[in-house]
Amino acid sequence: MITINERSRDAEPVALADAIRAALQVRADGFARIEADAALWIGLARGCAAGWHDLGALWVDDHHVRMALWDAQENCRAIVSLSLKVGAYPSVGLHHPPALRLERAMRDLYGAIPEGIPDERRWLDHGVWPGREHEPGYHFLPVEGNGLHQIPVGPVHAGIIEPGHFRFTANGETVARLEARLGYVHKGVEALAQGAPIEKAAKLAARMSGDSTVAYSFAFARSVEAALGWDVAPRAQLLRGVMAELERLSHHVSDVGAICNDAAVAALLARCSLIREDMLRTQAALFGHRMMMDAIVPGGVARDIDAAGATAILALLERIELGFHRVVRAYDQSPSIQNRTHGTGIVQPDFIRQFAAGGFVGRAGGRAFDARRAFPYPPYDAVAFKVPTREESDVDARIWIRIEEIAESTGIIRQLLGKLEAGPIHAAPPPFQPGAGAALVEAFRGDLFLAVRIEEEGRIAHMHARDASWFQWPLLETAIDGNIVADFPLCNKSFNCSYSGVDL
Amino acid sequence: MPATLQSFVAQGAQMFFVLAIAPAVTGITRKVKARLMRRRGPSIFQPYRDLLKLVRKESVLAPNATWFFRSAPYMIFAFTWVAAALVPTLASGLMFNWAADVVALVALIGAARALLALAAMDAGTAFGGIGSSREMMIASLAEPASLLVALTIAFAAGTTRLPEVAQFLITQPLEIRVSFALAFVALVIVAMAENARIPVDNPATHLELTMVHEAMVLEYSGRHLAMIEAAGHLKLTLYISLIICLFLPFGMAPFDGSADAWAIGIGSYLAKLVLAAVALGVWEVSIAKMRVFRVSEFLGGAFTFAFLAILLEFLSREVQR
Repeated sequence: MITINERSRDAEPVALADAIRAALQVRADGFARIEADAALWIGLARGCAAGWHDLGALWVDDHHVRMALWDAQENCRAIVSLSLKVGAYPSVGLHHPPALRLERAMRDLYGAIPEGIPDERRWLDHGVWPGREHEPGYHFLPVEGNGLHQIPVGPVHAGIIEPGHFRFTANGETVARLEARLGYVHKGVEALAQGAPIEKAAKLAARMSGDSTVAYSFAFARSVEAALGWDVAPRAQLLRGVMAELERLSHHVSDVGAICNDAAVAALLARCSLIREDMLRTQAALFGHRMMMDAIVPGGVARDIDAAGATAILALLERIELGFHRVVRAYDQSPSIQNRTHGTGIVQPDFIRQFAAGGFVGRAGGRAFDARRAFPYPPYDAVAFKVPTREESDVDARIWIRIEEIAESTGIIRQLLGKLEAGPIHAAPPPFQPGAGAALVEAFRGDLFLAVRIEEEGRIAHMHARDASWFQWPLLETAIDGNIVADFPLCNKSFNCSYSGVDL
Repeated sequence: MPATLQSFVAQGAQMFFVLAIAPAVTGITRKVKARLMRRRGPSIFQPYRDLLKLVRKESVLAPNATWFFRSAPYMIFAFTWVAAALVPTLASGLMFNWAADVVALVALIGAARALLALAAMDAGTAFGGIGSSREMMIASLAEPASLLVALTIAFAAGTTRLPEVAQFLITQPLEIRVSFALAFVALVIVAMAENARIPVDNPATHLELTMVHEAMVLEYSGRHLAMIEAAGHLKLTLYISLIICLFLPFGMAPFDGSADAWAIGIGSYLAKLVLAAVALGVWEVSIAKMRVFRVSEFLGGAFTFAFLAILLEFLSREVQR
């Protein structure tokens, strides 16, 4: 136990911009590094609670607990580190609930104890890890009232999806509370990455959440490049952007189809699946893998495309636009689907702000944050695009954000392809030296944060990735409140959170 | 051949005929849906293979399942089959003529449903309970509507016996009756709800939380599931046959009719059945599933139609008199 003196426990909230001005250390990756004491740590945590800046990530590395914070309005971001004295630190979750699951996960993985955390339950540790077995009992939060009954769903589901347990407490059809329990696909990525050469760690990162493989590779490559001072050729930057947007396109298209399918409109899913399959085949032909796995590597990209490849992508975009236009028209003109999506699964905007939810979940509820716009990184610093937002925050709004982003992504790809000039696609690595880097990229689900620390000989000392879903899962629980049980699949699909990405 | 024996043979032939073609009706609907989604889809005979597969498979029971859980599928199948046998399909005037009463039909289907709802709760899973509660909500709304439809027809034909109703309608001059049109709409809506079709339920979903009928049978496997599936196929054919019998009975053979009359009866019945199965497939592809609580409005609509139908029928009789 550490003793935090009473004065620092009641530390005044601190704004991130002020803390950075004091630290004066902004690195090449755009993140300032702040060595905090307990008082500043708590102050910044309370600043999160006050809504002055967003909590981006919280992880444990090298006997420090680190917190990524950003403030898009002040255009500043920082990684705040606090030395873990005797394995404990003042809990952020005590002041700012979105940190709770992050802290629970870090305690399970590294034994770092958040002092004063209101939720003592384990998160990733289900009691089956070798050498750490314990009683598997898990207490869901109590719900009290007359006529309530529980509905356990999962972890194994009927569809071909990832495992996760959902515990509904319902009064007849009306949901009184939903609580998710995740961690069933824990793979130990951080431990596997420890001591791994960069190439191997890149493959690990690409497999953390398979559907966002391009975004993860992109984030990993950018943070390694920032740590080592590795310059990337312009052509490689453009190709990365093309791949990232193709990934966004294919998932948005299939998401729209999947949401409609949950309202039993299988015809729209069939159309969207055709478009997606067309994309996957083109991607396999051009980049060597249907999902473009391992196509982005530190230092550049693994495969180049020729002029015919660029033409093939342009032709693909036209086919997508033609096919998807029909899907949108069918959706827009079908009152029976809209009747299901309108007003279903509304997330309160206050929660969206508090949890700093990214992606379509945030943007459907008025939070305009997009990592490509808030903290532009190549190649997005040189293309024009809009960040669509809506206010309704329901399933319908999340569908429309996807539809609008599909149009933006096709525009971005055309701009990027127009800029392509002959040149190298990969740069040789600079001499390895110890360093640390972080990156924030926009995956299709939302902002993806990834931080690496590299030790001598170019080995990974630590890698931590924070999927956008960390801050979307809790909002799904609020979105279903007061809805009926039968509408959960629709809400869930409109969030489409990653299981693997948060199970680490 | 004595008349009783002939009617016995005709009745038996019709019972097995309906049982034999019922899975194909489901198969046609699935095929149409698949083709409309640009999939090739399984053969229309796939439901037969599925039934055969299920019969051969081991039946897994929950440890706390009682005798009721095991016997319910057979009873459900028997009730549904008897109900299906009551509806005149190929020919009228069969052996069960005296029992082929619309009210008995509704009661038989209701009994099968009650058995299934009870069996679903027997294993004690949450989904079974959800399915039962939803099914009962839907049934409580669908049954009054279907009884009103039956009464409308009974008013017109002067009997609740289906073969006589069919006979009456065949002999009537062809004319559009507003009351029958309304009753037709009501019965189609009821049929969609009773058979767990879109927009009330989705027979193809894997999402347990949205299921109605499927949630009730989640715990069943092997031969028990085969019985329930077969009953489901029968029920769909039953409802289509009922609609045909009440509203489009033309071509039906009298049981002592000639071979030609029987051939026309079989041909026209099969054509109408296929047409209905295709129409169901097209309808299901073009609409989303409703929110659970909007089903009450949908079925309330059916009740309103049925009520208007009986009102009009009653009034028109008064006017004629």
